[in-house]
Amino acid sequence: MSQRWGAGVIPYAEMGYWQPDYQPKDTDVLAAFRITPQPGVPPEEAGAAVAGESSTATWTVVWTDRLSAYEHYQAKCYRVEPVPGAEGQFIAYIAYDLDLFEEGSIANLTSSIIGNVFGFKALRALRLEDMRIPTHYVKTFQGPAHGIVMEREYLNVYGRPLLGATVKPKLGLSARNYGRVVYEALRGGLDFTKDDENINSQPFMRWRDRFLFCMEGVNKAQAETGEIKGHYLNVTAGTMEAMYERAELARELGSIIVMIDLTIGYTAIQSMAAWARRNGVLLHLHRAGHSTYTRQKNHGVSFRVISKWMRLAGVDHIHAGTVVGKLEGDPNSVAGFYDTLRLDKIGADPVKGLYFDQDWASMPGVMPVASGGIHAGQMHQLLHHLGEDVVLQFGGGTIGHPMGIAAGARANRVALQAMIKARNEGRDYLAEGPDILRAAAKHSRELEVALSTWGEVSFTYESTDTPDVVATPTMV
Amino acid sequence: MSEPDQQLLPDDAVVDLGAERAESGIEEVLAALDRDLVGLRPVKTRIAEIAALLLVDRVRTRFGLSTSRPNLHMCFTGSPGTGKTTVALRMAELLKRLDYLKRGHLVAVTRDDLVGQYVGHTAPKTKEVLKRAMGGVLFIDEAYYLYRAENERDYGQEAIEILLQVMENQREDLVVILAGYKDRMDSFFSSNPGMASRIAHHIDFPDYSLSELEAIGELMLAQEGYRFTPQAQQTFRDYLKRRRDQPRFANARSVRNALERARLRHANRLVSMSGVGLGKDDLMRLEPEDFLASRVFADPTGADADPTGADPS
Amino acid sequence: MRITQGTFSHLPDLSDEEIAQQVQYALGNGWPLSIEFTDDPHPRNNYWDMWGLPMFDLADAAGVLYELNQCRAAYPDRYIRINAYDASLGRQTTALSFIVNRPAEEPGFRLDRLPGPDRRVQYVAHGYASDRPAGQRYTSPG
Repeated sequence: MSQRWGAGVIPYAEMGYWQPDYQPKDTDVLAAFRITPQPGVPPEEAGAAVAGESSTATWTVVWTDRLSAYEHYQAKCYRVEPVPGAEGQFIAYIAYDLDLFEEGSIANLTSSIIGNVFGFKALRALRLEDMRIPTHYVKTFQGPAHGIVMEREYLNVYGRPLLGATVKPKLGLSARNYGRVVYEALRGGLDFTKDDENINSQPFMRWRDRFLFCMEGVNKAQAETGEIKGHYLNVTAGTMEAMYERAELARELGSIIVMIDLTIGYTAIQSMAAWARRNGVLLHLHRAGHSTYTRQKNHGVSFRVISKWMRLAGVDHIHAGTVVGKLEGDPNSVAGFYDTLRLDKIGADPVKGLYFDQDWASMPGVMPVASGGIHAGQMHQLLHHLGEDVVLQFGGGTIGHPMGIAAGARANRVALQAMIKARNEGRDYLAEGPDILRAAAKHSRELEVALSTWGEVSFTYESTDTPDVVATPTMV
Repeated sequence: MSEPDQQLLPDDAVVDLGAERAESGIEEVLAALDRDLVGLRPVKTRIAEIAALLLVDRVRTRFGLSTSRPNLHMCFTGSPGTGKTTVALRMAELLKRLDYLKRGHLVAVTRDDLVGQYVGHTAPKTKEVLKRAMGGVLFIDEAYYLYRAENERDYGQEAIEILLQVMENQREDLVVILAGYKDRMDSFFSSNPGMASRIAHHIDFPDYSLSELEAIGELMLAQEGYRFTPQAQQTFRDYLKRRRDQPRFANARSVRNALERARLRHANRLVSMSGVGLGKDDLMRLEPEDFLASRVFADPTGADADPTGADPS
Repeated sequence: MRITQGTFSHLPDLSDEEIAQQVQYALGNGWPLSIEFTDDPHPRNNYWDMWGLPMFDLADAAGVLYELNQCRAAYPDRYIRINAYDASLGRQTTALSFIVNRPAEEPGFRLDRLPGPDRRVQYVAHGYASDRPAGQRYTSPG
């Protein structure tokens, strides 16, 4: 006892942060960290250090601990396992008591779990792989402003993925020209068009002008098709006040959806989610910046954790990978992200990189968005990998169509509907995909041209972020 | 709905009907029918004939010989417990295997499922049953209750009209089997000539002979893991003889009920033999006393038979 | 103008056989189906008229086609759609919805614009057909 409380530095493991016999409680927040200790640091000590630094500990013994029920607040590292095939890497499982966290605050949760610990010198690298959020904590969050089911009822679109496109070029279009792209893409057959993440309010196009011209395009396309259409008006701005101002105008103009970037921060996201729920406006989140910390396998935060945080925070849409497109996305990892976003009860599944069971207690699902280098010729693969509850966004694949933007949109819509029809008819649509598309192209010149323009384009690079149990990275 | 275009066979092609038969899987259904149902020779023959017709029609189509879809609405007449529902179930399966029906399920109904209580109630009720039966067989037990001669405004008439319409126009979507006592069915048809003309097959299910009833009993016992002692077998035969002459005898159904009651008495007998070790054989063996306690033996005239129609205990 | 609501609106109109295949897919998923019709296909008209109640416990698509043909006979010039419902926990919503009948001429919508202050415009999609009384919208007068 006296040794434990003597002034000076003692190992974290001896301070109670390593408890191999600990049985996690149903109410505990659990975390799985990939740790790479410095040479000479035993993995248990490294795991205990992560538990300590992400909860109550500091680098030295403090007597003030003894004025608290400190054992209750100590995070407990209860298991450390070597990572198969990765020398020097371990998965440390850590349990946090629910009392460590403020209700309904992603900022507080993340300040605890990833606050200081990632710069810790005793570790060469650290990655937060997954978390189990207990239902007790889930229930303190708003969750998606509307969710997948409500979004479908709002749009009156069932039985197929939604279709979207990001207006291109990303930068430089005037407001009037920009609205033209919105109108053409929507009247051609898309459900949504989208501002890009860095379209905010620049000298070439101020936000208010963009909103007015885009809504002209949305309304004109609605009248021409008899369908509900939307354009994700990006309200990302320098201050919360500016974001509210932009969102208010979007709402007043009758836009059904607004958009924010991940770069605005967790608290701002939660504020916008509350605003979106209150005002009946869907909330789209672009994951701008995430690859700085999600992509490398040994350091950072896995996107499956970001997915969980964003479902709690309350967005309706989030970009979550395409598998077949131009951006990073191993099929198994992406399946894990999509499950995390869409399902209610998810079992641990090492193949998908899911370390824990997760019960969302009926919190609505987030609609994943697949965007980046996808085109109509991949429709069978997209449907196979991503399923039905997803927004497929074909930016270049719509706007780059040789016959025009509306033709590009129509090609995508025809391809999608033909593939859904074939799937429902019981055909092996994945194997017969190209035949199904060719047959559909007989009734659609637009699709025929799209297939001959992009039919062969694919992006086959090895993924970096793959689950450990998959021996070789999966190529698509 | 048309099948996808099939390559027609050339005129000089030769077809092995045995192989066709094996491939269709109808053999298994016919065998199961034979195994599950004792006797009923004329019924089984008729069903085998229908199967043969559909099989030959299939082969004819492959040669491009035009073949009109045969009408297979049927009427099953016979006393209760003569196997009508069981045969209807097998028939549905058979017709599915021969591609005559798409699903091959059986929807069994009576008047109450089809006829409503007030104006406007009957049509949706009847249509709902018809829709549920589409793709399979609609089995209407005691179909003559749909028609009440004494009341012209009975809602049953409306159900009959909708039935007739669907039987005529949606022959590819369902097969209707009407079932009931032969005499009542005959008078039903004479008052409803439209219905009579749409029924292509009349199949009569005769009452079982005494030895057939015995065989049915033994089949049931074997399936349940019981057996008669030789004396019990004799007692069971006596039971059947008496029971047959009593009111509301329901053939195989009455056999099943008699065996259910014997099982109760058997169980009670074993439980009351406290202190005696029991072997597997004790658990399987039915003795004469398991039948002799029946009222059938107490009152050979059957005068006190249960007026509700239940078999006497 | 062609209204493109519904799961298969950009494909050639489905034949009865193709409709039956989609219905069978829904039945295979345990989804009941319903038929609805309207002469007011405004994108915000959520509630089309119901052709009877949703159909539960069917085994074969023929039952739905049977009702569809009766609905078509009664309203040959209306929009008719088939819906499938997924009642499972977490969904409890429409799972599939597609148009199976259209008027010969689809007049579509006019976009009315009401200019307001600071360049704002109020938009209203106005169905040309809805100027005429319900029931007479897609048939020529007299």
